[in-house]
Amino acid sequence: MSTSLFRATPVARSALRAASAVKPAATFVRGKATLPDLQYDYGALEPYISSKIMELHHSKHHQTYVNGLNSALTTIAEAESKGDFTKATSVAPVLNFHGGGHLNHTLFWENLAPASREGGGNPDGALGKAIATEFGSFESFVKQMNAALAGIQGSGWAWLAKDKAANGKLALITRANQDPVTGNLVPLLGIDAWEHAYYLQYENRKAEYFEAIWNVINWKTVAKRFEA
Amino acid sequence: MVNLGNIWQNLLASQAPLQAMTGNATTMSGLATYTLPQLPYAYNALEPYISAQIMELHHSKHHQAYVTNLNNALQAHVAAITSNDIPAQIAQQPAIKFNGGGHINHSLFWKNLAPAESPETNYSEVAPSLAAEIENTWGSFDGFKKAFSAALMGIQGSGWGWLIKESTAGTENSRRLRIVTTKDQDPVVGSGEVPVFGVDMWEHAYYLQYLNGKAAYVENIWKVINWKTAEERFQGSRENAFAELKALL
Repeated sequence: MSTSLFRATPVARSALRAASAVKPAATFVRGKATLPDLQYDYGALEPYISSKIMELHHSKHHQTYVNGLNSALTTIAEAESKGDFTKATSVAPVLNFHGGGHLNHTLFWENLAPASREGGGNPDGALGKAIATEFGSFESFVKQMNAALAGIQGSGWAWLAKDKAANGKLALITRANQDPVTGNLVPLLGIDAWEHAYYLQYENRKAEYFEAIWNVINWKTVAKRFEA
Repeated sequence: MVNLGNIWQNLLASQAPLQAMTGNATTMSGLATYTLPQLPYAYNALEPYISAQIMELHHSKHHQAYVTNLNNALQAHVAAITSNDIPAQIAQQPAIKFNGGGHINHSLFWKNLAPAESPETNYSEVAPSLAAEIENTWGSFDGFKKAFSAALMGIQGSGWGWLIKESTAGTENSRRLRIVTTKDQDPVVGSGEVPVFGVDMWEHAYYLQYLNGKAAYVENIWKVINWKTAEERFQGSRENAFAELKALL
């Protein structure tokens, strides 16, 4: 792979690592959403997710959501300043779509890690215990999440979430399109089931993508979000 | 005691659009089995605007999966009916809508495409009455193209854009046109809606060739719209639109 694919310099990456930790790095500079740097190279999730997919997914798709979110926020601010509440309200679907796209992808990138580093394996500690208790076993959880992913009709995401209204109980949920996980549900682990997340490599064989992605799940991130 | 004959009749009647499209559906225990329709052109016939690889996967894999899963869902539905299991019947409904919709949408889609530069793509030659109504509604073909393309680009997630003719009860002779978008595989089967032509905006319809550049796909799809088919559907009824495939099967 050409080095031009490598987006972040090592210095920038280590700075990001230091800054990231628990919260999604949905960085807002002077009120503007910006595309977060990945904490690994585009080719780092090979062979499970190809470099080409990662580059397009991050630099094109995610960037489009960032741009769409900023544009929606600008429109709302302008409408607000004029007292044009009809206009402001009309932007709601676009705000939800692009804002959701930005949030979802920001969480997703942090959910992933190279198989040679933190990626893959089983969750341990409190999270591992909770998953085993609530889903029967880790294997059963993976099976249930893959079934949820396979059952999405169209574009969407499947999430492992924590329900604040139910004593932090775990919940397996799906969301259409870019609808974000909000309210009492805290997103812990999301898997993107949009075709652009896998099609260049897996084509119509999406079940293979759902199987493969477990090799690059960063359980450290999931555990941090669970314990937060 | 349940009268199975009546139930099957009702079930099949409720699937009328599908049945009309797949005239060779075989009957087994009273249940129609739907099959993948053949394309009216080769996989590479829409090059360079839609690649042969996309067409092959789209038809032989994606459309086939809708057909297979539709048949499975219908079978499970009938089993649920015969065992008087209403929760199980309801549980099959999303799968019937999704996969049945996928089968209907793709069957209509293949037929409303044609190789670029073929006579069928010559809008003003082969679609005189549709063209007149399009210009009547949107001012010009460019005005229509702009509105339709904007609708396609506005779809959030997977879905379709359709040009439909409205003909609700009492207005069967209506020629009123409307652009609608539908999510996922929701089909255009409303009682007052005649699908004229549709454009698939699922990523699988363009991604291998256009990647994230869906605006280019939307621009190029106009080169391969089969206006002859669109004109026929515009002149016909809703039943005609769904029945037209029967003759080709």
